[in-house]
Amino acid sequence: MLLVQFLLLSSVLFCIGIYGVLARKNGVMVLMSIELILNAVNINFVAFGTMTNNIAGEVFALFVIAIAAAEVGVGLAIILLIFRNRNSIDLSSVDSLKG
Amino acid sequence: MVAQNVFFGIIAFVMICSAFKVVTTKNVIHAALWLVVVLAGVAGQFLLLGAEFVGVTQILVYIGAVVVLLLFGVMLTKASLGEEADLNMPNRVLPAVIAALMFGVMTYALIDTFRDTELPRESVTNAAMVSDSIFADYIVPFEAVSVLLLAALIGAVVVARKE
Repeated sequence: MLLVQFLLLSSVLFCIGIYGVLARKNGVMVLMSIELILNAVNINFVAFGTMTNNIAGEVFALFVIAIAAAEVGVGLAIILLIFRNRNSIDLSSVDSLKG
Repeated sequence: MVAQNVFFGIIAFVMICSAFKVVTTKNVIHAALWLVVVLAGVAGQFLLLGAEFVGVTQILVYIGAVVVLLLFGVMLTKASLGEEADLNMPNRVLPAVIAALMFGVMTYALIDTFRDTELPRESVTNAAMVSDSIFADYIVPFEAVSVLLLAALIGAVVVARKE
């Protein structure tokens, strides 16, 4: 197997995730797109770890998985709070800090 | 080697199609279910790369916990279970252009740098090697991640609690 096939797959996933973050209005959908991005990064970590025969790639992929779990928990709490205050999770309406 | 490449192709194709469905479907529940397919595909790629423990953790944590949490988020924010018209920003061309440009640059750079790099054939790592590394070399980051998880847990409860 070539290394570049895994890197290209992860860059496809990453760009789809970027598109989702920018094009979606619903807060939960944005969180899903962020999960896509984090998974793309994980594929890169593991692929480079395999290439260099270094276990550190997998260890850091595990750290990323743990941090993604923490991120989704806090993100959903924030989205629930937005929903409770505004009765919608339309992110384009959350612009109180816009100058 | 050939079998691995065939499976890589199949899984990658399914993953990319499902990822497109995640960011384009009009139904929030369907997006979460397509996300399950992508995450399972990522777990399959980890297994192809010989990273057993990360692959199993991916299934346990992502498909078992994160997707359930996202579905809870969908339910608690009273999303309609059918199609929703108002899920996307009005201007979707600009995000598509940004994503395509990024993909172009990354593809060029990656192919230019790693065109002929082969992955080693025998590089299966098991849980014992991973845990040896975590509890010997990376014990400080590991403890930091534990504290971060605790902080995120408490923070999520405090933020989402009713007054």
